[in-house]
Amino acid sequence: MTEVSSYSPSRLRGLWALTNRELKKWYKAPLIFFLSIIQPIIWMGLLGKAMNLSALVPANIPGLDVGAVMKASLGTSDYFSFMAVGMIGMTALFTTMFSGMSVVWDRRLGFLNKVLSTPVSRGVIIFSKVLSATLRSMFQAGIIIVIAFAFGLQFGAGFSLLNLLGVFGILFLLCVGLSSAFIAITIRSTRMETPMAVMNLISLPMMFASNAMVPSKLMPDWLQPVVHVNPLSYANDAVRQLLIFDAIDYTQLAMDFAYVGIFAVIVASIGIILSWRFLRK
Amino acid sequence: MSDDVIKTEGLTKIFNKHLAAVDHVNFEVRNGEIFGFLGPNGAGKTTTINMLITILRPTAGKATVLGRDIVKEDSEVRSVIGVVPQEYTADEDLTGLENIFLCADMYGIPRKVAKERAEELLKLVELTDFGNKKVQTYSGGMRRRLELACGLINRPKVLFLDEPTLGLDVQTRTATWSYIRRLKQEYGMTLFMTTHYLEEADALCDRVAIIDHGKIVVIGSPEELKRSLGGDVITLGIKEDADVSEIIRGAKHVKDVKKENGAYRIKAEFGEITAPSIIEVLRQKGYTVTRLSLTEPTLNEVYLEYTGKSLRDSEESRENVMIQRMTVRRARQ
Ligand SMILES: Nc1ncnc2c1ncn2[C@@H]1O[C@H](COP(=O)(O)OP(=O)(O)OP(=O)(O)O)[C@@H](O)[C@H]1O
Ligand SMILES: [Mg+2]
Repeated sequence: MTEVSSYSPSRLRGLWALTNRELKKWYKAPLIFFLSIIQPIIWMGLLGKAMNLSALVPANIPGLDVGAVMKASLGTSDYFSFMAVGMIGMTALFTTMFSGMSVVWDRRLGFLNKVLSTPVSRGVIIFSKVLSATLRSMFQAGIIIVIAFAFGLQFGAGFSLLNLLGVFGILFLLCVGLSSAFIAITIRSTRMETPMAVMNLISLPMMFASNAMVPSKLMPDWLQPVVHVNPLSYANDAVRQLLIFDAIDYTQLAMDFAYVGIFAVIVASIGIILSWRFLRK
Repeated sequence: MSDDVIKTEGLTKIFNKHLAAVDHVNFEVRNGEIFGFLGPNGAGKTTTINMLITILRPTAGKATVLGRDIVKEDSEVRSVIGVVPQEYTADEDLTGLENIFLCADMYGIPRKVAKERAEELLKLVELTDFGNKKVQTYSGGMRRRLELACGLINRPKVLFLDEPTLGLDVQTRTATWSYIRRLKQEYGMTLFMTTHYLEEADALCDRVAIIDHGKIVVIGSPEELKRSLGGDVITLGIKEDADVSEIIRGAKHVKDVKKENGAYRIKAEFGEITAPSIIEVLRQKGYTVTRLSLTEPTLNEVYLEYTGKSLRDSEESRENVMIQRMTVRRARQ
């Protein structure tokens, strides 16, 4: 009577099963899948092509080299390329936001209670949310890069496959950090409204107070400190360096990785500690 | 080791600092029995289950499941129990089979074994033809049966069933009873179930505990409890408005009279002799008996006796609760 069931739960199995469950809702629903691809394209079209900063500078002023001006402030002579990278960060921001909401859904639909009554560890439950949001964001980032390329994104001179790996590396860190942060906000909530409001409050400012659309040096002084603590800025910078800049500033790139990495580790730990504390009441 | 599969000592849960949902509850569930928890809405049944399945932390007291402490050895407890919750918890976007496999993965059951078990379980709950259909398309009864299948995937030693037949039609309910009986017989499982269907408790449970306001009011086998009432129950109504409790109490063999919702519940020995004599006594005093029923004690009477609530009342509010639950899930703090 005391013998325990013969199989013991494995963290990895549980993590993958729960992550896959989230992903299935996405890749098995053609409409949602389609929308999640089309969304960044629309943003890119609207913000990247419509807000074409290069067009602001009249090309016929004698003695003015538009390309050089752009390059001096953006780091690349093409605003669209600059912008497309900003879209990657923005998509990551919005996709990870939904991972936060899905905790509330699972709680409301009773699914969370069911998983909690199985031996799978509580940290795994939370981390599966983080992981699925991260994988989704990275997939979308891949799509954005491909489409942006088709629409005229210019890769930097030293671009290689290794750079692409770096891009996904920094995105992974960014998404882990962001979705852990959003989950930490929602983990205690039983209703949608509160976390929704909190997220709306922080997400757009977080995006505009970063170098997603405008380089930080063009922003007012009072905004600079915010831009400089915003992990999104560091991730954007890293992706730009790896993807579209001709010359890579390795110290800055290392800084970017370190900053986003530390952000991810700290926030993910907070998320997991909170899950131990609040998933059982 | 003792024969007790579940044992609680002073188990208590206080919500929001003052609402004692479960109040110093003590009971034991023996190996291989079906133990029923019976009580009106809000009595604390689900709260008790949630503590035993380790998703709620008790405020005070202790409990063990198969000798493992529910607080200190919570993950060991979780791996030997199965849970069929009161609410539907399956993921609607997945198919029935995918839901079962998801549960299996949580327990670390290899896919090959899970496939065999899933097939067997789907057959048990008669969902074989629906395994590959999305849960969205299931009816309420099919969902309950799927929950049952999920709860059994790890071959639990103890199965917790929170109102397994709530909202099922009579046919499906009877079928569920037979699954439950088979689980006990074939797998030698111990079952802890809550229900508000008295005939269900009567038919299935080896022992029942009646809980009200977070406290256990009585525990025993259905037979013991019925016997403890001593005698039959006569329910009658009169045309007049007056309170005739005292007059009835004066009749021969009458043991107790309670006035409930304008009717009198009379406990008496030899009901078939006593009833006519009560009518006669009342007639002599000028009262007219308009209706009368005589019942031998059932668990229903036991329930009324100990909770003071008419089952019909709780059944009506029950339907409301259920409707609420299906639309907007209760937000849990
Ligand atoms: N998370 C919670 N926070 C605050 N109060 C709660 C919570 N869960 C339950 N309660 C309260 O505790 C009491 C017992 O609730 P419980 O769900 O255990 O009742 P129950 O016997 O299962 O009722 P039902 O038959 O309706 O399912 C109720 O008064 C309920 O309002
Ligand atoms: Mg309940």
